[in-house]
Amino acid sequence: MYSVVIAENLRKYFPVEKSFIERIFSKGNIYVKAVDGISFRVRKGEVFGLVGESGSGKTTTGLMITGLIKPTSGSIMFNGVNIANLHPKDLQQLRKKIQMVFQDPTASLNPRMKIGDAIEEPLKIHRIGSPKERREMIIEALQKVGLNPSFIDRFPHELSGGQRQRVVIARAIILRPELIVADEPVAMVDVSVRAQILDLLLNLKNEYGLTYVFITHDLSAASYICDRIAVMYLGKIVELASTDELFSNPMHPYTKALISAVPVPDPRLQREKFIPAGEIPSPINPPEGCRFHTRCPYVVRSCKINEPALEEVSPGHFAACPVLPFSR
Amino acid sequence: MNDSILEIHELSVRYQSPAGPVRAVDDVSLSVRKGEVLGLVGESGSGKSTLGLAILRLVPPPGRIVGGSILYNGLDLLKLSDEMLQKIRGREISMVFQDPSSSLNPLMKIKDHFIELFKSHDPSSLKKDIEERSIEILRRLGIPPERFNDYPHQLSGGMKQRVYIGLAIALNPKVLIADEPTTALDVLIEAQILNLLNKLKRELNLTVILITHNMGVVAENADRIAVMYAGKLVEVASREEIFAEPLHPYTNGLLRSAPNFLRKERKLAYIPGEPPDLINPPAGCLFNPRCSRRFDKCLSRHPPLIDVGGRLVACYLYGG
Repeated sequence: MYSVVIAENLRKYFPVEKSFIERIFSKGNIYVKAVDGISFRVRKGEVFGLVGESGSGKTTTGLMITGLIKPTSGSIMFNGVNIANLHPKDLQQLRKKIQMVFQDPTASLNPRMKIGDAIEEPLKIHRIGSPKERREMIIEALQKVGLNPSFIDRFPHELSGGQRQRVVIARAIILRPELIVADEPVAMVDVSVRAQILDLLLNLKNEYGLTYVFITHDLSAASYICDRIAVMYLGKIVELASTDELFSNPMHPYTKALISAVPVPDPRLQREKFIPAGEIPSPINPPEGCRFHTRCPYVVRSCKINEPALEEVSPGHFAACPVLPFSR
Repeated sequence: MNDSILEIHELSVRYQSPAGPVRAVDDVSLSVRKGEVLGLVGESGSGKSTLGLAILRLVPPPGRIVGGSILYNGLDLLKLSDEMLQKIRGREISMVFQDPSSSLNPLMKIKDHFIELFKSHDPSSLKKDIEERSIEILRRLGIPPERFNDYPHQLSGGMKQRVYIGLAIALNPKVLIADEPTTALDVLIEAQILNLLNKLKRELNLTVILITHNMGVVAENADRIAVMYAGKLVEVASREEIFAEPLHPYTNGLLRSAPNFLRKERKLAYIPGEPPDLINPPAGCLFNPRCSRRFDKCLSRHPPLIDVGGRLVACYLYGG
């Protein structure tokens, strides 16, 4: 199957600002290891989920895929082009093909810009169409996301949160991209409106043959929209599988914990919970060996020394845990 | 049923805005039973948080309680003097908010938060006693005693929320109002905090009002559930009743639009449209523009909350 994105050994370290005294006494730099050596492929036409808690590196990964930040090392191939060392000019051309939808639609829209102008912006930047053609394209995009063409002359503050997110999605699809990276697109939308937005994303995907990277902390939303899911913990992918496989047969103890922790909206379906103690450690000094070992109930001595590799445990199902047989 | 600890009667709260008054809570009557966890669910703007704040008369201006009564053990909280109410807050009824970072003073050690709390309620209490009691509370909450001398920024989000809950229960209140206590937290920490709340509820015999937008959280933690929409209470029933057979079309829509990975459906049935503008609410039932089961009567006026076999619902499909 054709892969739109191929990430190999991707790393992103952010340097930590040091105080004057630290600069004198300590050697070397301190880094936040936001993403620390991950590899994955996003197949054409799928919804690929990046799931994890805050600090897992999922958003940083999304930003690297869109070329908004440069990886420290590793490569990201998009249709055979390495985004990681692309000239800014070429990168801008590439942005026609890769678009992003962020969590907060209010912050994504300029409050002084009319909706029509906001959606037109990418067309202007890429010099597409005459003003009249552009207007037609904007109206079509508005209709595609379920908004009335009259919205073209409104301002963001006149819209509800759900409508604003639809505008942001309209702006993302107007260039007919191949790939959309959606970072928590429904986290700030009203509960009763979330399902509408998820379905809108799925419909647009089918209509335009889009591929999505869907970033979320919400496993319920991920289970609904994603075809495959990569679970991230402290900058690493700990498990990767198809959605059905991941939820029915989670292998990594962290994935198991995450799935068991999700509150299920049905009292007849309650299960036993498995909640590890403690919290996600600092990405500045991640634990040696397996990064989850400090919280893992199945920990053995080797977990503290050797960093487990992501291995294929069954066809298409990858997990990074050498003590899997015990945790089953 | 006379085991209620809190009786809210025809409560209305309005926010004054340049465009006109916002009916944040409109004519809400609700009783909270002793020892239960009452889940108060709704979307943002449904009035659930305002209702929680109104119980302790904490609605911030330009909000104002414009009518109704709130009886706590027969005492109307809305008629009490400020001085009397101060004795209720913290000791009888306590509250936990969503964001622990903005609820703790960044310049005060955890220790000083406890000292301030105890001193303000009993100026004669000794520092040494306070420290002993606070450390005991922290231990109960799973916080190592050495954290006592830390500042809030030294604690993680989950730890801060624990400290905050510790402050809320320090004076042994009977009722705890928890407003989205886990919304700002990651899913594993959320589960830890909910476990903690349940443990405290059992050990301290607390009555809990759990305010949340998450149907999963109430499914797992509430005994009874009250659903709010656009400032109105639309349904009240036991957890089992609500999830087995939601009566109000809004409750039904909420439940069917929440993705649930344990059910394998590939299509969500969602509610069309968005919550109404509370300055210019729609005529008739506030939910009617989004309701698939709307008929003539729904356009007349908002339906009253009526008793249907022991549970309450505000919908003309069931009479009223």
